[in-house]
Amino acid sequence: MHPLTHSATHLDPMAGWALMIGFGAYHGLNPGMGWLFALALGLQQKSERAIWRSMLPITTGHAVSIVLVAGLVLAAGHWLPVSRLRYLTAMVLLAFAVFKLFTYYRHPRWVGMRVGMRDLFLWSFLMAAAHGAGLMVAPTLLEVGHAAAAQTAVLSAGTGMLLAVLLHTAAMLAVMLLVALVVYRKLGLKILRSSWVNFDLIWAVALLIVGATALYHAVAMGSA
Amino acid sequence: MTFLRPDQTFYPSPRMACKAPAERLGYVATLNTGRNNQPDALCVVDLDPESPRYGRVVHKLEMPYAGDELHHFGWNACSSALCPYAPHPHLERRYLIVPGLRSSRIYIIDTKPDPWRPSIAKIIAPEDVLKRSGYSRPHTIHCGPDAIYVSALGANNGGGGPGGIFMLDHFNFDVLGPWEIDRGPQRLAYDFWWHITEDTMITSEWGVPRQFENGLVFEDLLNGRYGRNLHFWDLRRRRHIQTINLGDEYQLVFELRPAHEPTKTYGFAGVVISLKNLSSSIWTWYREKGRWAARKVIEIPAEPADPDKLPPPLKGFGAVPPLVTDIDLSLDDRYLYVSCWGTGELHQYDVSDPFKPRLTGKVQIGGITRRAGHPLSQGPLLGGPQMVEISRDGRRVYFTNSLYSSVDDQFYPDRLTGWMVKVDAAEGGGIAFAPNFFVDFGETRTHQVRLEGGDASTDSFCYPS
Repeated sequence: MHPLTHSATHLDPMAGWALMIGFGAYHGLNPGMGWLFALALGLQQKSERAIWRSMLPITTGHAVSIVLVAGLVLAAGHWLPVSRLRYLTAMVLLAFAVFKLFTYYRHPRWVGMRVGMRDLFLWSFLMAAAHGAGLMVAPTLLEVGHAAAAQTAVLSAGTGMLLAVLLHTAAMLAVMLLVALVVYRKLGLKILRSSWVNFDLIWAVALLIVGATALYHAVAMGSA
Repeated sequence: MTFLRPDQTFYPSPRMACKAPAERLGYVATLNTGRNNQPDALCVVDLDPESPRYGRVVHKLEMPYAGDELHHFGWNACSSALCPYAPHPHLERRYLIVPGLRSSRIYIIDTKPDPWRPSIAKIIAPEDVLKRSGYSRPHTIHCGPDAIYVSALGANNGGGGPGGIFMLDHFNFDVLGPWEIDRGPQRLAYDFWWHITEDTMITSEWGVPRQFENGLVFEDLLNGRYGRNLHFWDLRRRRHIQTINLGDEYQLVFELRPAHEPTKTYGFAGVVISLKNLSSSIWTWYREKGRWAARKVIEIPAEPADPDKLPPPLKGFGAVPPLVTDIDLSLDDRYLYVSCWGTGELHQYDVSDPFKPRLTGKVQIGGITRRAGHPLSQGPLLGGPQMVEISRDGRRVYFTNSLYSSVDDQFYPDRLTGWMVKVDAAEGGGIAFAPNFFVDFGETRTHQVRLEGGDASTDSFCYPS
């Protein structure tokens, strides 16, 4: 039997999904993950439609990157009991968080300003992967999948995770689109000078907090 | 690194940068090449008219080595840090990257905590530049969105080519290696810049080190062996895409000034000399049916002169060539400033229509035969308008008078001395000397000027105004 389907959990499945939506909104807010690029394309092409058009490839690239991590968690679930998997996910996340804390300002050097759909897709995938967007949600995905399989009769771990990724991506898309449009239509470029906080550093700290919480959770849950 | 907001000298668009506060100070590369092992220096000049030290050198940072011949230095980071595909807006415009054209040494100079008293933070040894970049004779610095780009005029062995571009890491200034993946037919290098939103780099051509280090080789010049091409590159894929040969009579293609506005796809290139009539010319490059093209838009003729008053290389011609060696475009893309180093004139052109420039202003100072003075220095003054820099609001223009030590001595054999002057630009066009600004550097020569917070030839922008 798949280990994700038989042990008990204390995490409310609704809380897991809410967390996934929250992470989605947070990723959508990150200027390095999409809205800023979409805004620049809209301004350069003098067309709001360019912003709308760029949403699909950016969102898909991000989602694929998360789905890959979900797949890894699911696959690992075949070999490891969920208690061990919790530790493993938390430790990998913490290790990456420490790495990012020292290199938070570095980004992949890729593409330029003249981009097609495929470029935007790959760029978004690369950004999400290189910044650990999938890793950040891995502990939550694990719990969501686990709960889905254990507590509902209709969902398997895999479908539970997929649903969570869909919710996550929808939230990301909504926030990303909203920010790009509000800056394009109302706020203007001056906001880039006045309000662009160091999201890279905040991101690295967020990874650390999520990793530490996941480790605490893994310990609290013990071998249950 | 900043936290709450980006470095406030970064601007998303050129129009926003035009509204930047006025510069209080400028950094000037000063040269002592060939003067008894005295080192070059980076001087800080007070540019604040309200200051009691206005127009004076207030600090001099001497280099620890002699013989560098400091050239077109630039900032570690600028407005391109806001570009959306690789943003790192919390870097600071803090370090000046100062290349030694003769020594191949690169200084990283820290302008913080006190911008009035910069200090050397790091020195990249010539061996490291040569070994890691594959090039020598670093010349021009531009802050890119993903790295610091450096043009170099020579290969890493001897006095030959090809010259090209290499990159420095944004954060630790390590030499990352040569930029080009496919250089195509390009061999000669000089200046470079880009249309960043078009993913296009443009490079120009002077010659290889043995063609300039001991002065211009006039046999090479008369035989057209110096550069005459513009090169266009895919900035993203690092590949050569197109060469434009301006014509066999054109020699020494120097400064490149793309329009600052990211939606504009044209720019200006200065050509030092035509073998046909010694004129200098300005060319506009532009995009046409998916290809790049270039057209001559300004020709500045040579001025007839008494051969007795001419230096040896020009005696036979009986004329002073204008020798346009630097050009600079205001941030609003409206005015192009053209340094005529030979005749001793600075021209201001209205280039609102980039194909029909209108001469809107002119000042005279120095010049091979004119030797014109300044309100604060009767003259005769040697050298002429050379490295020119424009304030971000376009109202103040500063320039210095030395080109390159060995070439200085060919055209100004009476040994020019260094000075820096300022010109005020009127709102609707027209320029005049700021009568109370003349910085005399004595026997030390002067080259590139950089203004506090950025100027018209440092920043590139990813967002249209």
